[in-house]
Amino acid sequence: MKLTPEEQDMLIGKHGKAAQKSMEILTTLGGIFDAKCMVDVYSVQIAGVSYANLGEAGLEFLSEMAEDGKVKVLTTLNPAGMDRENWQTLGINDEFAKNQIRVIDAFAKMGIITTCSCTPYFIGNVPHFGQHIAWAESSAVCYANSVIGARTNREGGPSALASALTGKTPKYGYHLDENRHGQVSIRVNAQVKGTDGFGVLGKAIGDKLIKLGKNIPFITGIPSATVEELKSFCASIATYGGTALFHMEGITPEFDRYPKPGGNVSEINQEDLEKARFELVDDGLEIDFVSIGCPHASISEIEKIASLLKGKKVKKEFWITTARPIKRIADEAGYSKIIEDTGAKFAADTCCVVAPIKGHFKGMMVDSAKACYYGRAKNKFKVKIGTIEECVEEATK
Amino acid sequence: MKLKGRKIYKGIAEGEAIVTKDAISFYGGVDPDTGKVVEVGHELEGQSIAGKILIFPTGKGSTVGSYTLYRMKKNNMAPAAIVNEKIDTIIAVGCIISEIPCVDKIDVNEIKTGQKMVVNGSEGTVEVK
Repeated sequence: MKLTPEEQDMLIGKHGKAAQKSMEILTTLGGIFDAKCMVDVYSVQIAGVSYANLGEAGLEFLSEMAEDGKVKVLTTLNPAGMDRENWQTLGINDEFAKNQIRVIDAFAKMGIITTCSCTPYFIGNVPHFGQHIAWAESSAVCYANSVIGARTNREGGPSALASALTGKTPKYGYHLDENRHGQVSIRVNAQVKGTDGFGVLGKAIGDKLIKLGKNIPFITGIPSATVEELKSFCASIATYGGTALFHMEGITPEFDRYPKPGGNVSEINQEDLEKARFELVDDGLEIDFVSIGCPHASISEIEKIASLLKGKKVKKEFWITTARPIKRIADEAGYSKIIEDTGAKFAADTCCVVAPIKGHFKGMMVDSAKACYYGRAKNKFKVKIGTIEECVEEATK
Repeated sequence: MKLKGRKIYKGIAEGEAIVTKDAISFYGGVDPDTGKVVEVGHELEGQSIAGKILIFPTGKGSTVGSYTLYRMKKNNMAPAAIVNEKIDTIIAVGCIISEIPCVDKIDVNEIKTGQKMVVNGSEGTVEVK
């Protein structure tokens, strides 16, 4: 791999220990994937923030990097294990809270903006079309590559941090035109709507891609989609299909940039969607927890929840998970008061996937196919997917 | 017998080989406090990899596995070196941040559990004594 004099200096330690370790990570990854050179990145999104996943060792690593490490580019953070202001009311214990704050402090010391959100593209970390970035968080990676047309591989926590501290990433994979072509055509022969509907579609296509052994679908048959629907679709297809990039005819910016995939067209019919939805509802379900905001809720989703909830009382634990800056907008617009007056709770900075809430609830209702997967796998909840309207109805009945 | 592979992370380690044909997930699959493989049904289930030359085809599972390797190193429970057939990013990053010598592109069938060996991560070689 060819390095510039500046990159070479980082590798031999002239820019400090953290930059050196970072460049070791990046050059090794570049070597494994046959990258010819590094590329400058506009921004970084870091995952691996919950103390529940990092543990004391992960924290120790971050603290070591924070001794002399400073970010070179705009860098934001994935959700943490708790709301930094409101953790007590969400049932998080003191010791976890103390450790979670130590993690966030280590990131802050490096100059990382501690937004704690999986939707950096809603809160100021917004690359433009074609820009190179180094993002972790599979749903945001898929959104940035597909919906924005920026370029990133699926980074892990340490490799994203390495890019933050150097401003570089090895140029391979999705950074190169030739690896961004659609690999299989998928035609959707059914009406799809709502965040839940697009989540179900993401699972149906994701499951199909795994069977076909393909990564990048070229999707037709979707006439329109909202930002929130695409956000839900990205989270779901990344969870079930491992997808980091898709093209959607008439919707995503690169859909007609590359040659169309040859070979057979796979079909997604109404019955495929019904089957996928059926698989996102568990038997013997007893719902005691409702959560909306996976990925983090947008301001229009919060407005919608406020109008659905207005004047009612919730009878079950009900979380709205979002980025803190979006929560601030909701505060100013008056949505937060309407929502909190019903007994529903905001959980900013965190979500139902990364908070340490295993054992707190039995059954969870969500509008997100991704939340179903992790609710089952990590928290051992029984789950049900439904529309936002159905979620609100369940919470208030 | 000396095998030539590819350098992943520098350093020289000497020790006893422990070999498996199964991929390893460090996050959830290995206990970082005891150094034992805990994945149910894994060929090495219940065996300690601490201080050994760990030889397996490739990594799998969550990217948090890189931090698990780091935690094992801090607990003095890490393998002395890692040899893979085909490295993946989780193991590569784990070895770099934990400073564990690592070599890949080695045919793992050439090595048997219990053999004494030297791994030279800086040269990308594995020598069976």
